[in-house]
Amino acid sequence: MAKRIDVSDLNVYYGSFKAVEGVSMTVEPRSVTAFIGPSGCGKSTFLRTLNRMHEVVPGGRVEGKVMLDDQDLYASSMDPVTVRRTVGMVFQRPNPFPTMSIYDNVAAGLRLNGVKNKKTLDGIVEQSLQGANLWTEVKDRLSKPGAGLSGGQQQRLCIARAIAVQPQVLLMDEPCSALDPISTLAIEDLVNELKNDFTIVIVTHNMQQAARVSDRTAFFNLKATGEPGRLVEIDDTTRIFNNPAEQATEDYISGRFG
Amino acid sequence: MSTVTGVSAADELPQPDGKKPRQGDRASTGRIGDRLFGGAATLSGVIVIVLVTLIGAFLVVQAVPALMNNSASFFTSRVWAPGGEQPAFGILEFLWTTVAASTVAMLLAVPVGVGVALFLTQYAPTWLRGPAATLVDLLAAVPSIVYGLWGLVTFFPVWKPVQNGIEDTLGWFPLLAPTGISGGTIFFIGIVLSIMVLPIVTALSREVFAQTPTAHKEGALALGATQWEMIRTSVLPFGRPGVISAAMLALGRALGETIAVTFLVSALADGSSWTWSLFNGGETFASKIANNAAEFSNPGKTGAYIAAGLVLFVLTFIVNSIARVVIERRKAFTE
Amino acid sequence: MSTATDRRVPGDAAVDDAVAPPGGGPSRDALAEMRNPQRSRAVTDIVARVVMWGAFLVAVVPLVWILGTVVAKGVHMLTSSTWWTGNQRNINSDDFGGGARHAIEGTLQMVGVTALIAVPIGVLTAVYLVEYGRGPLARMISFTVDILSGIPSIVAALFIYAVWVTTFGIGRSGFAASLALVLLMIPVVVRSTEEMLKLVPNELREAAYALGVPKWVTVVKVVLRTAFSGIITGVLLGIARVMGETAPLLILAPYTKNFQRDLFNGNFPTLPMMINQDRGDYALATAAERMWGAALTLILLVLLLNIIGRAIAHLGSVKK
Repeated sequence: MAKRIDVSDLNVYYGSFKAVEGVSMTVEPRSVTAFIGPSGCGKSTFLRTLNRMHEVVPGGRVEGKVMLDDQDLYASSMDPVTVRRTVGMVFQRPNPFPTMSIYDNVAAGLRLNGVKNKKTLDGIVEQSLQGANLWTEVKDRLSKPGAGLSGGQQQRLCIARAIAVQPQVLLMDEPCSALDPISTLAIEDLVNELKNDFTIVIVTHNMQQAARVSDRTAFFNLKATGEPGRLVEIDDTTRIFNNPAEQATEDYISGRFG
Repeated sequence: MSTVTGVSAADELPQPDGKKPRQGDRASTGRIGDRLFGGAATLSGVIVIVLVTLIGAFLVVQAVPALMNNSASFFTSRVWAPGGEQPAFGILEFLWTTVAASTVAMLLAVPVGVGVALFLTQYAPTWLRGPAATLVDLLAAVPSIVYGLWGLVTFFPVWKPVQNGIEDTLGWFPLLAPTGISGGTIFFIGIVLSIMVLPIVTALSREVFAQTPTAHKEGALALGATQWEMIRTSVLPFGRPGVISAAMLALGRALGETIAVTFLVSALADGSSWTWSLFNGGETFASKIANNAAEFSNPGKTGAYIAAGLVLFVLTFIVNSIARVVIERRKAFTE
Repeated sequence: MSTATDRRVPGDAAVDDAVAPPGGGPSRDALAEMRNPQRSRAVTDIVARVVMWGAFLVAVVPLVWILGTVVAKGVHMLTSSTWWTGNQRNINSDDFGGGARHAIEGTLQMVGVTALIAVPIGVLTAVYLVEYGRGPLARMISFTVDILSGIPSIVAALFIYAVWVTTFGIGRSGFAASLALVLLMIPVVVRSTEEMLKLVPNELREAAYALGVPKWVTVVKVVLRTAFSGIITGVLLGIARVMGETAPLLILAPYTKNFQRDLFNGNFPTLPMMINQDRGDYALATAAERMWGAALTLILLVLLLNIIGRAIAHLGSVKK
């Protein structure tokens, strides 16, 4: 169920402000691609264009093309809601629905889209929680509020919720930045397992994390202050970290700036 | 859906992260559910606009014919005889009574209300704050008709000797001159109104005082200021716009208060002589209209009352607008 | 602040006085203050403290007085069972007793209908303002809601009169009064719902969108669901506010002493109008008793709504 993403010459705007310029890249299926770069370089913004989440912000729009296998995500006939069902997302801060139980949180995506069959839901909820390495911890308290879990568990709950709608791609926007090291490790292990089934894109501020979990790494940077962000280079992770093509990447990796 | 281009509202520009509290219309889709629900929400908002427009329009439309037939000066006459062949009516008496009683109410309610707000936020022991705030909020929950009853039956007999005393000692002062009115006076109505609007002043002031940045307060205290000095130098300046708008909202309420005032006013005899005294009687806009609801017999007569209501509408609108402007300006500062 | 009048209170020499160089030789008072600035400042502080406590007590006195009066004079009417079952038919001002059930039912029915109309409009308007609106239409709506919230009840009543009675020639009725109350209730519901919707974290909306949930489902099932208890609280407080309104009833819904379920035709019984009826003869002990009894009943209903509303708000906030 994993698909390839092809981005060609993408510009992202908010109103008249150009946030990201000229990004072209390919994200391979069943692999983990990490986006790294200094704050404000547009990596999160770009990530959100991969499931059209940038559009929920007033004035957000793109120029260019994003292909999911042979589907054009920005074709005029394409419904953004359908795009988001195909390309799931996990956010920086765990955001379980506070009024819902653990079970309801995982089932939310299906239920809100009209799936009612209890048996189907039961099956998918268990499968998703297992997929998120959370099943054994919560199987006895599925009816308890999701907000009662620890931060790391909440984030895995959100991952379970995201994979329950069976997306092709999973976007993760700094999923560990609000978590402690042990929870972070649990998420990283999970990412490693999930890449067997999904195409995964992860934005991270943590270069060690990018090195640990990703197969390929993309480095984003601002051309200059006030200029839009752009993709500097994308390559195999080992290569980016050991022998990058660009000087800017080298400087960033070695901690000379950013 | 095509791409939205050229959004000019610069204030809507998000941070590069895309974090922005508002949702854009692009989150919705062309689905039927979205169209219906979004349409219903928009329709409700439009209904509100239409209602307010209609209120203004209907009042004007029905007031104008009566005003055209009016043989007295609407703004400067104290006569009120809207019936008959030659209708003659003016609002001067109502305007004076309404404004004078509301002013008295403000002079009493604002200092006390601010004091209570300071007490609740700065002085009260922690255990008392919650219950005390609830108590003051309770004052706001009491229906105004009950204030009217209490004022009429219980408070007035207690107040009357006090008023007589003031008239005896300070009666030489024009505002406090005796008038021989035996019932409720402008001053008395002002007192009852002040009790009614006190919770409004307190609630809003309390809110802004509580928002005073701790850094300001601690800054003052660290310089060796006493608690009062800290309040004077940080809490009060910070809260001033809030207090002003609270006072304006309270004033709007006092101007339009109907039933309690209706119970308490003493109507003046026709042709009674003009006096500045606050111990005079007289109707307010609201009480005049309410007291004569049974008389809305013909359009001309009704139109006269509607014209009076229109003036009240405009008066409260101006006062409330001032409150909003002050609040907005403060927001602009703090954001 | 350092004026001559302030000097009379030996404490008002605040920070600025302490550092101000006394021009042309200090007075005796000023010298005393300078010698002992800490003490005079402490005195001011105490004076301020006393004033604030005083303000609070001054505010509490009328509340206790009012509630005490109503309870003392009205409570024994409420202990008779007729009060809760009967009406005022054939009971004159100088007759004792009678019931208030007609007025209680009438008031509840009237505010019920009011809420039925005002709540959907108010909640949807708030949804528009928070979830959909931006640009001139939203600003216009927000502005008119502000105007509506400042409209005196008597003006709302006059408007309905001008439309309902004068223009369409339909008679006064309970429903006409309900319509006036709708105008007063809408802004309360809009503003309180708006506050609650703004409190819903944006992350929840994004979480739903990212699951491929359409916007309207997100608003209904996630946003409104999360804000639900707060919205209910606002609605209850709005109902409490209009329940005690009398001016619109005075103009639009004349009182009847009988049971009356028909909101659309003829006179209609309500608690405020029952109070108003007996107010005319409050010199008679029989009428005064009824008047206070009805006032106490009304206060209890309003307080009950307030308490339920606050309790719901409290429960809702604990869950977060």
